[in-house]
Amino acid sequence: MAQALVRFRELGIVAFILVLVALVSLLSPAFLSLDNFRDILLNIAILVIVALGQMLVIITRGIDLSVGSVIGLSAMMVSFTLVVFPGLPLPLTLLLGVALGATLGALNGLIITAGNVPPIIATLGTMSIYRGLIFLYSQGSWVNAFEMPEGFRQLAKAAPLGVPNLILFAAAVVGLMAIFLTYTRRGRDIYAVGSNPDAARFAGIRTQRVIFTVYVISGLLAGLAGVLWASRFEAAQTNTALGFELQTVAAPVVGGVNIFGGSGGVVGVVLGAFLLGIIQNALTLVQISPFWQLAAQGLLILVAVVFDSVVLRRLRRGRT
Amino acid sequence: MAKRFLRWEWLLVALILAMTAVNTRLSPFFLDSTNLLRASSDFLEIGIMVLPMVFIIITGNIDLSVASTLGISASLLGYLHNAGWNIWAAAGLALLLGALCGLLNGTLIAWLGLPSLVVTLGTFSFYRGLAYVLLGDQAARGYPEQFTYLGQGRLFGTQTPVALLIFGVLVLIFALVLHRTRFGRYLYAIGNNEDASHYSGVPVRRIKLMIYTLSGLVAALAGLILAARFGSTRPDIGSGLELTVITVTVLGGVSISGGKGSMVGAVLSLLLIGVTRFGMGLMNVQGQVQGVVIGLLLILSILLPNLGRWVATRPTFDRNLLLRVGVPLLAAALFGWFFFWSRGLALAIK
Repeated sequence: MAQALVRFRELGIVAFILVLVALVSLLSPAFLSLDNFRDILLNIAILVIVALGQMLVIITRGIDLSVGSVIGLSAMMVSFTLVVFPGLPLPLTLLLGVALGATLGALNGLIITAGNVPPIIATLGTMSIYRGLIFLYSQGSWVNAFEMPEGFRQLAKAAPLGVPNLILFAAAVVGLMAIFLTYTRRGRDIYAVGSNPDAARFAGIRTQRVIFTVYVISGLLAGLAGVLWASRFEAAQTNTALGFELQTVAAPVVGGVNIFGGSGGVVGVVLGAFLLGIIQNALTLVQISPFWQLAAQGLLILVAVVFDSVVLRRLRRGRT
Repeated sequence: MAKRFLRWEWLLVALILAMTAVNTRLSPFFLDSTNLLRASSDFLEIGIMVLPMVFIIITGNIDLSVASTLGISASLLGYLHNAGWNIWAAAGLALLLGALCGLLNGTLIAWLGLPSLVVTLGTFSFYRGLAYVLLGDQAARGYPEQFTYLGQGRLFGTQTPVALLIFGVLVLIFALVLHRTRFGRYLYAIGNNEDASHYSGVPVRRIKLMIYTLSGLVAALAGLILAARFGSTRPDIGSGLELTVITVTVLGGVSISGGKGSMVGAVLSLLLIGVTRFGMGLMNVQGQVQGVVIGLLLILSILLPNLGRWVATRPTFDRNLLLRVGVPLLAAALFGWFFFWSRGLALAIK
């Protein structure tokens, strides 16, 4: 039943996406082109990477509001390091960002598990702290494109396999995450902890350790996203990814990840991010004022949760 | 239980005194009634929005959309003013819009049973987006003097801001409602156990609807005061304030899981954050860096009491624990060192 339910939820988003695609392609023929499709994927690649980490956290009934600041800090630190060592090999550059993100995530996890601080409070605090660290670190200065080595600027953009690297990175994260969540014990533990923490503990799952892990993964992915962000936009600023955390929560929520924990999956998150990307893209193509973009995004979240709850209620009523 | 609240509030008082002492030592301009009263303006809009937030968080819910409601209401005011409306008619409509925004939140949360975090996250974007739709890249300015008095006016020939009086009256009303009425007791009851309250005859849905509508109305009032203080409105007015409002509320001892908290604690916490920020401002600490201190304050206020308990119940240090606590701290220390080392080199090159 639960399986059928989850599948049905994702069917809802797919239907919504199809209607939207049909509507927009009627209004603007340029929408249904391969180039435009690639543009949308490029625009959501970073969002998908971070939203998948956020999904793990939400499944355990938590929330990670610090991801935007982790992206900013990772982007700034990696860019500064590249100013000092322009010859740093790309794998090491990526590793640096990933390690920093994992460390910041581990601090979140520590505050939440050992300190028993509610996730929303802990990550609200570290959101301000990590953002402030960017300022302390860079003294308010920015790193611009001309200060970055050519190889690094190509990291996200180059397409040796015919598809831009950035999309490949996102695809790899999606694949790994799907395997992790579906086929590994630790992945299944995450659902168990989210559905019923007490039952999970009685079943012998070390709930605290699982919760710690999801924050490390969320931080790690945000750290990776920070490196890619700096490469894609060829800049690191003190306000990089400011406010981005809301989009990373929006994508899972639109994609049917239950905010009360215990359910949701990779497919839903990718579809949720895709829907956000399509709307952004469509508004531009249909030449609606860009000022509508934020409002449309908010409205989408509302419609998604209302739709979800009405459908769920119908299903529950139908069962009894 | 009453004892615990009391202790928390005394801790806040001690922190305020300590912060005042530090600031007085560091800056000769700190302990000056004119300066302090003038600086209080910066925190009154936040303080006003904290009051309904206390109600909402006590019931175990949250409202992330307050700053966006402030934004859309102030933008409507600006839009109507640009269109040549009378300022007071525009202000009335702005208040009405704020209440409607709150009503929408409340309806979705109370009647559809949706989680408040998701609903207000949605309306956070939605209301702010509509503010941009209303004003675009324009700013509204040139408000008449009677209106800007609301934000810039001073009382009785002193430096006391008019808004401080409004805030004071509201604090009294909200404190009385929370601590002296049946409605207030219901809020705690809902926060402690919503189902039990419902079965005991507490009108849970109606109360949720009321507090969210109130939150919207009050946020609109804060929007009017902020617009009056700036003398202009841009659609991004007040953005990001929701985080400060929530920080103040939680630091004031209002439990994020509901059922606990007091109005005195929230007001003391506002004072603490105000004194801290004003002091750092005098010492030219950048706004973003001030965030580090506020963030630490927020986390430590909950972490320290818990940590004591955790250490007490976990006397054995096994390998597992060492890994989970030691490795992150070690990594953080390493990065800390790497940071300052690479920063020095990079800034020298730049």
